[in-house]
Amino acid sequence: MKVSLFVTCLVDQLFPQVGLSAVKILKRLGVEVDFDPAQTCCGQPAFNSGYVDEAASVARSFLQTYKDAGPIVVPSGSCSTMIKVFLPGLFELGSAERQLAEEIGERTYELSYFLVSVLGKDTTGARFPEVVTYHDSCHLLRELGIKSEPRQLIGGVEGIDFREMDNPNRCCGFGGTFSVKFSAVSAAIGEDKIDWIRQSGAKYVISNDVSCLMHIDGLLKRAQVPIETMHLAELLAQFDD
Amino acid sequence: MIRIRSGAASALDNPQLQKNMSAVIRTALHSRDNSVAEVANWETLRQYAHDVKEHTLARLDSYLEQLEERVVEQGGKVVWVENGEEALSFITRLAHEKNMTKVVKSKTMLGEEIHLNKGLEAAHIEPVETDLGEYIIQLAKETPFHIIAPALHKSRQEVSDLFTEKVNMPPTDDVQQITATARRILRAHFLTARLGITGVNFGVAETGTLVVVENEGNARLSASVPEVHIALMGIEKVIPRAADLSVFLKLLTRSATGQKITSYVNFINGPRRPEELDGPAEFYLVLIDNGRSKILADSFLRQTLACIRCGACLNVCPVYQRIGGHAYGSTYPGPIGAILTPQLLSEEEAPEHPYASSLCGACYETCPVKIEIPHILLKLRERVQRKKNDKASHIPLEKWSMQIWGWGMSSSRRFAWFARLMRAAQGWFLKEKGSRIELPVLNGWTRHRDLPTIPKKSFREVFKPEEKGN
Repeated sequence: MKVSLFVTCLVDQLFPQVGLSAVKILKRLGVEVDFDPAQTCCGQPAFNSGYVDEAASVARSFLQTYKDAGPIVVPSGSCSTMIKVFLPGLFELGSAERQLAEEIGERTYELSYFLVSVLGKDTTGARFPEVVTYHDSCHLLRELGIKSEPRQLIGGVEGIDFREMDNPNRCCGFGGTFSVKFSAVSAAIGEDKIDWIRQSGAKYVISNDVSCLMHIDGLLKRAQVPIETMHLAELLAQFDD
Repeated sequence: MIRIRSGAASALDNPQLQKNMSAVIRTALHSRDNSVAEVANWETLRQYAHDVKEHTLARLDSYLEQLEERVVEQGGKVVWVENGEEALSFITRLAHEKNMTKVVKSKTMLGEEIHLNKGLEAAHIEPVETDLGEYIIQLAKETPFHIIAPALHKSRQEVSDLFTEKVNMPPTDDVQQITATARRILRAHFLTARLGITGVNFGVAETGTLVVVENEGNARLSASVPEVHIALMGIEKVIPRAADLSVFLKLLTRSATGQKITSYVNFINGPRRPEELDGPAEFYLVLIDNGRSKILADSFLRQTLACIRCGACLNVCPVYQRIGGHAYGSTYPGPIGAILTPQLLSEEEAPEHPYASSLCGACYETCPVKIEIPHILLKLRERVQRKKNDKASHIPLEKWSMQIWGWGMSSSRRFAWFARLMRAAQGWFLKEKGSRIELPVLNGWTRHRDLPTIPKKSFREVFKPEEKGN
């Protein structure tokens, strides 16, 4: 099987190890990974801020990049949501672009869903003897309905001690541009999350979106809390090649 | 223009408020969740209610006419008004004609929306709020903090102090005693007021029944003791059939307070009949538009009007939980307020409302009539930007940044070039806890959080093609 990896702009520029981990996992599970360097962004930052024309122009470039690709795997719940749920709506009903966007949306898979529900794997052979907890990112959970897959994969990691935090499904407060437009509110919501993470006793907080993790990590560091954030892909890649 | 940020900041800086809110909201969430879990077909009921509302909103005119016919058949009078001013002028004229100087009111958010109390006072008619929470708010000269729990933000001590100051209650922290004080005062008002005003939860077109849901019996008294009862109803509150009430009542009370059913559910069918012992001599139903028909025009945004005002989206909203009701600066707070306010007023008057959300979707998940609040917020954000665009004489910084961003992101060459530039500049650009130059976005971030460590190379620079499967 061959897939095309859409790493997302954030992973590309700020968290390359997440992309490398995704490649490593997929390779181990016998999947051939293609990375098209023509990729940029799904358009979400503009779309979520109300700049629909700008989002559409970025989305067009996305559609061009992936029009002939096979299955697309994305290590992010919110970018997968943008592609699967919102992107078609940027184009007029009945237009060729709309059709292409819908078709691409159907063959786009969030990483954990792809591993569990498409490949049928619930372990990657990773070993990580640490206490971890999991944060449900909102778009992944509520737009895509992906809740059990990440937990199944975490459960499949050898030696891991998984502890569910209170309110794992409560928003971390990131919210895209909300995090800077309503910075203080975003941080206050995040502080609740930090409390629940701490109370779980975990040393690592796992999630499927680097955006939430970047926000949570920024708050943890500012408060000097010795808990690390880790993308699910990084956890699942804890094995020797 | 209504701003949210300043109200949000003062709420965040008020530890007593944060404490009061979090305790009450936690309890409310708990009761709601337990109560909903008892209903095995909850999801089916939600969908059913959503469909009934959608059907009704698409044929609102004919259902409203049917409702009017039935109410008139039962001896009631129906008054159609376009806005709050018209509603007020009808009410005050009627009260003046009959020499009525006092109104007992039960809780009505629509009354808040049209600033009823202020209007009555200006016309020298004394409004008396008879719902305990509303009474507290009226004494404190505030506005409701929550759709169904107006005084949610006040601790027992704060209420006690307020009663001591305003109605000479001896200092106490005994809730029974505080409640008894309000009850004693309000009973006297019920017996002397000749006009009663209530809201309406559901208006049943088929039977002309106005349904008012409550827990204190004050709506029943307001609707039955005075000579005249005026029911204020937003035009979106009509439902077609009485049979649908079994679904709507279940959804409403469990979502709102976690109750199987409220202590009182009033079914009002017109004024007192000759053979009846009590009830008002005259009954008026005031149907109020106040911006609603404008919302009907858009077939997607229309679902905003399906709201049954249960308040569940407020409780579950991480933003509301932190900033509370007053920060929204208008009648309806929380997620429903964030979508309703800019539509009832205009996007220009409430431009921050659609942005006061992390788009987490907990509201949609909780909404008993499945209003797609997060998607509506996105649509309204688009409207805000388009309107700003139409009006702006110069391109604002955010728009300008988004245009450059869109241009850069539409080509991988430009994207990679920008990224390299940023990487090269960061050493100069960033200092430990922020940026060297004033960039609103960056400083919005670093005010509360550390920046991520920026890697030396991007994924596209380190990904080796030989890492491909074979």
